[in-house]
Amino acid sequence: MTDTVIRIEGLHKSYETSAGLFPVLKNVDLRIAVGEFVAIMGPSGSGKSTFMNILGCLDEPTAGRYELNGRDVANLDRDELASLRNRTIGFVFQGFNLLPRMSLQDNVALPLIYCGVERDERRQRARDLLAKVGLERYFESMPNNISGGQQQRVAIARALVNRPRLILADEPTGNLDSHTGEEIMALFDTLNREGITIVLVTHEADIAQHAQRQVHFLDGRIVGDHAVQREHRA
Amino acid sequence: MTLAMLGEAWRAMGANRLRTFLTMLGMVIGVGAVVLMMSIGQGAQYAIKQSISAMGSNLFILLSGSTQAGGVRSGSGGGYTLNVADAEAIAELSGVQAVAPIHTGSAQVVYGPNNWNTSVIGTMPGYLDARSWPVVAGSAFTDSDVRSATRVALIGQTAAANLFGDEDPVGKTIRIRQSPFVILGMLGVKGQGMDGRDQDDTILIPLTTAQRQVFGSQFPGSVRMVMVQTETQEIMPSVEKEMTELLRQRHRIREGFENDFFLRNLTAAADSAAESTRIMSLLLGAIASVSLLVGGIGIMNIMLVSVTERTREIGIRMAIGARERDILLQFLLEAIIISVVGCLIGLLLGIAGALLVEATTGTLVIISFSSVVVAFGVAAAVGIFFGFYPAKKAAQLDPIEALRYQ
Repeated sequence: MTDTVIRIEGLHKSYETSAGLFPVLKNVDLRIAVGEFVAIMGPSGSGKSTFMNILGCLDEPTAGRYELNGRDVANLDRDELASLRNRTIGFVFQGFNLLPRMSLQDNVALPLIYCGVERDERRQRARDLLAKVGLERYFESMPNNISGGQQQRVAIARALVNRPRLILADEPTGNLDSHTGEEIMALFDTLNREGITIVLVTHEADIAQHAQRQVHFLDGRIVGDHAVQREHRA
Repeated sequence: MTLAMLGEAWRAMGANRLRTFLTMLGMVIGVGAVVLMMSIGQGAQYAIKQSISAMGSNLFILLSGSTQAGGVRSGSGGGYTLNVADAEAIAELSGVQAVAPIHTGSAQVVYGPNNWNTSVIGTMPGYLDARSWPVVAGSAFTDSDVRSATRVALIGQTAAANLFGDEDPVGKTIRIRQSPFVILGMLGVKGQGMDGRDQDDTILIPLTTAQRQVFGSQFPGSVRMVMVQTETQEIMPSVEKEMTELLRQRHRIREGFENDFFLRNLTAAADSAAESTRIMSLLLGAIASVSLLVGGIGIMNIMLVSVTERTREIGIRMAIGARERDILLQFLLEAIIISVVGCLIGLLLGIAGALLVEATTGTLVIISFSSVVVAFGVAAAVGIFFGFYPAKKAAQLDPIEALRYQ
């Protein structure tokens, strides 16, 4: 049996609304092993983004158990959660979420500031990763001066800078055209081949084809969980 | 880590230069006003202290009591109830440094073709000590001059200028009410007294000479006024008590009867003038501090706006691992940088303003190290105090809500 990265048991999440408690996730169970590439699919409103935020320790479940690398996340305080987001998880957003007033290099190096890495090493690691995602000529550029696909590459480089073993991507190709989306997915494929576990939310079937496993959400429940049959998988 | 944060704070401030500048302006004006007011206040205090020490420090004035003749009462100093022997007895008291009986009057003084009406003070050599008044040319008269009532004089700068012009008065002979006097020495500049009179418009002669030959006296050896100087300010009250007892005993005043003399503490009067100046400068400082407070509130205001504007940025930072204290530090540093830089500029402007005031009005200003330190410390404290609440607010944002903020 392979090592488990994520273990979810009986997860519930409800939001307070003026019309009362509104359930978003209902009794979700999921286990993701090291090295998997999982696509989480479902229509909008199915709860997949909320699930992703809980996985990324940005949001807390109302009930249920979430274990990350064997640790129960519910017992952690705000600083420990911040540390998880900093070192253990790399998060990639649909809207890139780069800081507009910083150069690409500084954007990528930002997570390292929060774990006390020295300036020279920060710069070196940021440059290495920007080169890895094909942006070696843009170290000092500003986010607004590059294309959406390039911005998402920067965001991925930032997610990778603290060498996490888990990447969570929430609709990473949602704001990109299909060609650029394919390029980004190729990057995820490469990362997965290097052994990084990837969990990706999407509603596009051809994007989900890059994963080994597809988990389908509907109305806050998992309604399907199956391996992907693909002819061109490496 | 902190260095990186400092860079970030600097960048955030640079991104909105006009706003940063305007926020800083509050601190600049506050600190500038405090420094300016403190400088002017301390200058005024120093000026008062100078005029006190010019008068002479730790001084008592002993005046003879009033007399009553046929129902007409003279004022204090009207009678001659004090005498030189009293003065000599007082001089024996412990703690008394100098005693100078004084007999004053004004007289027409003639030198060659010039004449001038000036105040003539008959006294003893101790007078110069008591008033810390140096002889800058020639020499002072001595006790033996007093004993033998010689016709010698010390001349003040204003009187000298009016009688002698550019000539050196030392060794010259002047006439005071027709009697010739040799000028032994010239007194140093004393300037304006507390009452505004020119203290340099005067001539000092031995007490005995004044009484016997210039003004005449119904009661030779009696004086209306004695100046007494004590060694330190602290012992003034005890010396005052001893002096009163001594004089009552010497004048044979029975229990229950009023003194036949008046004792005034000149230093106390001068001290109250100094105290009022001190309170005045405190008041000025307090008013200026209000502008510092307003500057601080301005910082808080802008930092709150900044936190709201940058909610999404805060969310992103939290999503990639910023802890509460990282966000807190980031915003706190911004507030501190604004107040400290504003403070530095304010210091420079305040000092420049103080120098300008001195140059244009001639008012003495003193820029003391302590006032600079106080202004700087207060500014830093204001930055931390008013920066803390917005920074704390930023640090306690919920990451997911901050990320969703548009």
